[in-house]
Amino acid sequence: MIQVKNIRKSFDDGEGTREILHGITADFFDSKTNLIIGQSGSGKTVLVKNIVGLFMPDEGHILYDGRDITLMDRKGLKELRKEIGMLFQGSALFDSETVLGNVIFPLKMFSSMSAEEQRERAQFCIDRVNLTGSENKYPSELSGGMQKRAAIARAIALNPRYLFCDEPNSGLDPKTSIVIDELLSDITHEFGITTIINTHDMNSVMGIGENIVFINKGHVGWIGNKDEIYNQDNEDLNNFVYATDLFRDVRKYRLVHGYKK
Amino acid sequence: MLITRSLESFGNYCMFLWRAFGVPEKWREFFKRYLAEIYKLGIDSIPLIIIVSLFIGALCTILIKLNINNPLLPRYAVGLSTREIILLEFSSSILCLILSGKIGSNIASEIGTMRVTEQIDALDIMGINSANFLVMPKILGLVTILPFLVVICMGTSLFGGYLICVLTSIVEVETYIYGIQTMFIEWYVWFALIKSLFFAFLISSISAFYGYTVQGGSVEVGKASTDAVVTSNIMILLVDIVLTKLMLQ
Repeated sequence: MIQVKNIRKSFDDGEGTREILHGITADFFDSKTNLIIGQSGSGKTVLVKNIVGLFMPDEGHILYDGRDITLMDRKGLKELRKEIGMLFQGSALFDSETVLGNVIFPLKMFSSMSAEEQRERAQFCIDRVNLTGSENKYPSELSGGMQKRAAIARAIALNPRYLFCDEPNSGLDPKTSIVIDELLSDITHEFGITTIINTHDMNSVMGIGENIVFINKGHVGWIGNKDEIYNQDNEDLNNFVYATDLFRDVRKYRLVHGYKK
Repeated sequence: MLITRSLESFGNYCMFLWRAFGVPEKWREFFKRYLAEIYKLGIDSIPLIIIVSLFIGALCTILIKLNINNPLLPRYAVGLSTREIILLEFSSSILCLILSGKIGSNIASEIGTMRVTEQIDALDIMGINSANFLVMPKILGLVTILPFLVVICMGTSLFGGYLICVLTSIVEVETYIYGIQTMFIEWYVWFALIKSLFFAFLISSISAFYGYTVQGGSVEVGKASTDAVVTSNIMILLVDIVLTKLMLQ
């Protein structure tokens, strides 16, 4: 479980200090797909980068199963990071390595496995994300969805306890987005990982949102799950969720006919 | 304002080097990358060095012959002057200025692209010291290989002068060979090699710094690449003066 307590973060934009996160508090649970949603520029990515330690918050605490990342020294942070997998918005695969090279990389750096065991583990991860047969392809030879899957395989190679995904569906068609969402959800439940997904894709929210944190202008606007999101009366969240005609129609339908799983 | 910004950049550069020169995560991976960088930055540059050196050696010989065509000067002065120019300045300083264009832009754009595509963030998230992992093999690789490139440059330049003598008879071949051998000071070779170590460090570390600290997209990567080459060149010239003053006077 990851607990975020009263996180504040400011940046100097050349004209003065601008606070992006105004005291965020939220819990993210084990074996659940935890979603951080919000409009572009609301502070989602800054929040995720604070949680993973790429930025240090100005104030507040971030607890990984009770271990406070804000109080850790460099060594402690390094050890914790071995338990973290991350899927970046642009996949961030190493261009000079093949799919297999990318997946095996963290194993080479941090595991004490033999070369054969590393290869077996990497192959397992590649098979798990349905990329069998693409082991020797370079990232430039893969489609956007395949790159995301390769990045997921790399992220889970070391059996992480925590998985972070920054807009995993950006640049993907709706069908491929659903495949990626289902894969992330399956992996989360299968391996008991605490998964945090940063997204503004409403299909993901409705499909896999077991714990949803809505960020609005640097504040926590709402916390709930995909079932509760239809019946809440938070104006900012409704403006975000029902921004399209399709979702407005869905809401109307569900208010009239009720919600069926 | 400019001074404050320069001092801030220098401070960031020092902190960057401090991070880069840590103990590698895995020595085996480090040596693999170190050898790959030697090949990529050094061995791959040999064709360029040979072409440039051949032409510069030949040009030096022609121009010196044209400019010291004086009956009071011995005929072997052409070979001797060509050798001194090549050993003292061309093989180290000018070669490094040329290489900073090729190698410096390569390093800055490679690391800069990794930065803007979040590949460096991915390394950091894994708990890898990205500066150390990416930059140290490049710096040590170039420092290792550049003295050898300087030796190749020296030999090829003198051969370029020899070739022009053979092809055009501007100077008798025997006189040219006598000229490049006479009054030889071994220290000049060491001087060039020592300078090249400093220049290798400057080119690789400055270019890596610009690439590593880039923010934005492809336009910024291009700008960082240009800035890296310009700054490396200025620093090479500055350090060249200091080293020449210290080591030759």
